[in-house]
Parts: sequence; structure tokens; C-alpha cells
Amino acid sequence: MIELVSVSKTFNPGRHNEYAAVREVSLGFEPGRLTALRGPSGSGKTTLLSLIGLLARPTAGRVRLDGRDVSGLPERFMTELRRAHIGFVFQSFNLIRGLSVLDNVLVPALPTGRPHAQARQRALELLDFLGLGARADHPVQSLSGGEAQRTAIARALINDPQVVIADEPTANLDSELSRQVLGILATLRDQGRTVILSSHDPLVFELGIADRVLAMHDGRLTDA
Amino acid sequence: MIPWLQRHLGLLDYTVAALARRKGRNAGLLAAYTLIVALLASLLLQGEALRATAEDLLAGAPEVVVQRLTAGRHDLMPAERLDALAGLRGVSRVEGRLWGYHFDAAIGANYTLLVPATDAPAPGTARVGAALARARGLAAGDVLSLRTYAGTPLAFRIAGILDEGGELVSADLMLVSEADFRALFNFPAGHYTDLALAVTNPAEVRRVAQKVLERLPDSRVILREEMRRTYASVFDWRQGLLLAVSVVALMAFALLAWDKAAGLSAEERREIGILKAVGWDSGDVMAMKLWEGLLVSLLAFLLGYVLAWVHVFHFDAAVFRPVLQGWSVLYPQFRLAPRVDVMQVATLFCLTVLPYVAATLVPVWRAATSDPDEVLRA
Ligand SMILES: Nc1ncnc2c1ncn2[C@@H]1O[C@H](COP(=O)(O)OP(=O)(O)O)[C@@H](O)[C@H]1O
Ligand SMILES: [Mg+2]
Repeated sequence: MIELVSVSKTFNPGRHNEYAAVREVSLGFEPGRLTALRGPSGSGKTTLLSLIGLLARPTAGRVRLDGRDVSGLPERFMTELRRAHIGFVFQSFNLIRGLSVLDNVLVPALPTGRPHAQARQRALELLDFLGLGARADHPVQSLSGGEAQRTAIARALINDPQVVIADEPTANLDSELSRQVLGILATLRDQGRTVILSSHDPLVFELGIADRVLAMHDGRLTDA
Repeated sequence: MIPWLQRHLGLLDYTVAALARRKGRNAGLLAAYTLIVALLASLLLQGEALRATAEDLLAGAPEVVVQRLTAGRHDLMPAERLDALAGLRGVSRVEGRLWGYHFDAAIGANYTLLVPATDAPAPGTARVGAALARARGLAAGDVLSLRTYAGTPLAFRIAGILDEGGELVSADLMLVSEADFRALFNFPAGHYTDLALAVTNPAEVRRVAQKVLERLPDSRVILREEMRRTYASVFDWRQGLLLAVSVVALMAFALLAWDKAAGLSAEERREIGILKAVGWDSGDVMAMKLWEGLLVSLLAFLLGYVLAWVHVFHFDAAVFRPVLQGWSVLYPQFRLAPRVDVMQVATLFCLTVLPYVAATLVPVWRAATSDPDEVLRA
């Protein structure tokens, strides 16, 4: 369970280009629920997701994970928590070129000290589940957009996180592939995970897979 | 297994996969690096072996050797001259030495024949060095036949093999009796190869040499001290060469490290950004890069050292042959004994492995400590 308590994020504070990308947002996310964040480009969706996903620290307010304030933890502990609890699917996939699909999926498991055979087994299961079983040994630069997206999802799931965050998961896909990816995210929700996604793609909202839709504007939550 | 170990195995795994992406480039780098290590290690190994060998050689050498000169060339020493020097003040003993080289066409090698001052073999027998015995397949009791200068064969029963693995100097030695020596070389009676003088007080060696020249103006006096200096100057020269080659090698090495130390490519920075974003912390990134540096440099170090060993001790430092010219005039047939100096290995290690690892790590530091959300902005 993740909670934001009046969280703000200001870039370049105190400088002439100071910019408040997220302003006093308070929110809670429960397991087994899919939250969709909509809003125009530049409204602060990605920034908010980075705060929820423990990728960045808020400039004000608190982030709580299972009731524990984590916003002030040192990098090492924050990273450990993120690794264990959160899977992040980036808008631009951010796969590591030159490595195989399997090696990419395994990357978040390497520093955990988890036995390699076990992680590998899990990665292959995930790739099968996502229809990429046959692609495991292919280098990632040979993948199509949809396959790259699913590889990124597999990587986000390798450490079995309770929270899965996807930033604009359909932005680079046609509507058929978008449906497929949204279906996968809905399945993850059905498995009991907390799923949070951002989008300005109408399809996401037309499909009605979200349990909750939040709207953002100028860094604030507005009524959906 | 311990998670700590698992973590490092995981990071090592990643490093190997990452290095494999640019096989050709990394193999080239490894090869160049290995060659530099091999070059430096060859110089060090050879220098050390030469130094040690020279000490061995000198340890058994007399303090003063007197040769007779005829038209500036080494000539036979008449025995009367022994008496001329016997009474010299400061000289405790004068001894006529009989030694020479015998070329064995069968194995294409020179033997050093010597009549020992004490405990000489009985006529008809010989004691030979281990290397010689190996080359001719001789064991005690076997017979070795040499061709005399008169063209007749002369047979020696091998009475013993000289101390295997001991004195390097004795490897190609053949000890024979005075009678056989003279018969073999048709060496005139009443003559010696040269004279060896033992001096009571080492400080008086120069004064003794002076006196010898006064009494026997047609001689050449060779002092052990001078031989030591000759070796030393060979070493000094080699030392200078070592320095020059080291500078070149280290510069080549700096060039190798340069593409790392110069900073990361955009691609590498992006990769580290991704690693941070998917849950690696700065320590994980640094540890992975440490493995990369260690993997490349330790491999190059080991390969380079082995290569140098083979080069110096199995191929007699073939690459440096021209450099050894001065040396081989002093000792025409001369093999280096393998020797390892721990300090030297450590020095070489510090000179090659550590800078490379540092060059790998330092530029990574900034990227490794970047914020994990940086990739979101790309
Ligand atoms: N690192 C940063 N430094 C300065 N401004 C930033 C940074 N990241 C995002 N912003 C700004 O914050 C605002 C919100 O960005 P973002 O969260 O990416 O919005 P969205 O994902 O809704 O398009 C934008 O105006 C963007 O320019
Ligand atoms: Mg965005």
C-alpha cells in the first residue's frame, strides 16, 4: 500500500527556471486496483509516477510504503525498497541494447543476490506468460515495439513487485497492441497487484479497465 | 549460496554479457594490454635472472686472473710464470688453470672443459654437468667419446653427474683429468690456460694487479671486481633500456586506458541510467564496473606474465637477443634460470592492473551516482 501525503515536486528550486511539476498531491493506492492517470502532456503525470515509484524524492510532503515514511531514506535503502516492491515500465522502454531479451529481463534481479537459476526460471515463465518465450535469446534491438514493451513489462515483474507502474504504456503502440498491453496490466491487477498507469490515450478510458481514473492538470489532481 | 556471493556473481555475469557485445574491440584491447604486460614482465624477469646468474658466476670466480698476451690475444701461459708470481706480497696462492671449450658437432653445443684444482677425475673418466648429460643422454658409467685435436677419438667413462638443479654454471661443464685435457687439446706440457691468484686482503687487489703487470708486462689482469663492474654496467645499460621501454609501454597503456578515462559515451551513460532506474544502486554499478576492470586487467596480467615467462625462459628472450649482445660476449653459452621475485610481480601488478581498474572506475563515478529518475527525461 502506497500513500502520498501532500506531495510536491519542484524542479530547480530557488533558481530562475524553478518549476513546480507536482503540487500538493495526496493519494492512496490499494492492492488489486488499477488506477489510471490522465492529463495533457506536461501536466506532471510522469513526475508523479516517479514519486510513487520511489525513483525520485518529493521536495515537500511524504511518501509512505506500507505505513512507513520512505521519502527521507538514504539512496541504498530507497533502492532496495524500490527493487523489492515496485516494477516500473518506462514510456521509452529503456531496454539495454546489445543484450538479449532474457538478459534484459534479469537485470533488476542481479544485485538482489537471488540464486541465478531461480531468477532465470522466473524470467522464462514471465516471457512465456507475455508471449515472448521464443524471443528470449534475441537481442532487444531486433524487437518490434510491442515486443519491446512486453520485455519491459517482464523486466518490471522479475522481482515480483506488489506495485506495477506504467508510464504511457500505449504511447508507442497501435490500437491492437495497446489492447493487448492493457489486457496484461488488467491481469496483473487481477493477480492482486497495485497497478498505476498514466495516459492521454482515449482507448485506455474507453476500455473501462481502470478501477479509478484521476485527472491531472498543472501538477494538481482535478476531478476526473 | 550466500546472497553476497550471488550478488557478485550476478554482477560479474552482467559484465561478461556486456563485454561480449563488442567482442572484436574488447579482444583487441585485451591483446594489446597483454602484450604490454608481456613486454614489461619479460624485461623484469630477464633482468632478475641475469643479476642472479651473474652473482652465481662471480661467487666461484678467483679474485685475480692473469692471462698471457701475444700480439694482444690470449695465449698459453708458461708454467715458469707461476713461480714468478708465487712470491708476490699479498698473494696467498697461485694456481695454473686448465680450461677450454669443446664444440660437439653432434648436439651443436659447446662444452666447457675444466681440470679442477682439487679432486680432479682419474684419467679416462669425467664428471659432466646435468644439461650436458641430458643433451647427450648420459648416465654414470656410460662412455663419452670426443675427437681430439690430433683427430683420434678419446673415450671418457662418466664417473658422475654434477649436482642436478644446483649451480647454473655447471650445466655445460665437463671435468676431466689434466692428462686427458692435454691429450684432447694437444695442449703443450708446461703451459696453462691462465693463472688464478688468491689475495689475502681484498683491499689490496689493485696493488697486486699493479705488481703483476710490473713483473709480467705482457699479461692481462682480470679482477673479479672489474667483472662485477662490467656486469653492473651491462645492468645499468639494461636498466636504462628497461626504463625507456617501460615509458613507451606505459604510454601505450595510458592510450588504452584513455578511451575509458576520457569519459563515458552517451550510450554508456544511458546504460548506467537504466541500471539505476531498474533498481541498481551506485554501489552495484561501481561493483559491476570494478569487475569489468578486474576481468580485463587480471586476464591481461596473467596472460602477459605467462607469455613473458615462456619468452624469457623457453625462448631465451629471443626478442631481446640484440640487447644481450654485450652479455653473450662475456658468456657465450649461458642459460637463464627461472626465478620469481615476489616484489617484482607486485610492482608489475601495481603498474598495470591498478591504473586500468582506476581508469575504468573513475569516469563511471558520476554516472553511477546520478538520480535514478534521470532516464525519464530522455
Ligand atoms: N528534470 C526536470 N527538470 C525541469 N523540469 C522538468 C523536469 N522533468 C519534468 N519537468 C517539467 O515538469 C513538467 C511535467 O513533466 P512530466 O511529469 O513529464 O509531465 P507529463 O508526464 O504529464 O507529460 C513539464 O513541464 C516538464 O517540462
Ligand atoms: Mg510523461
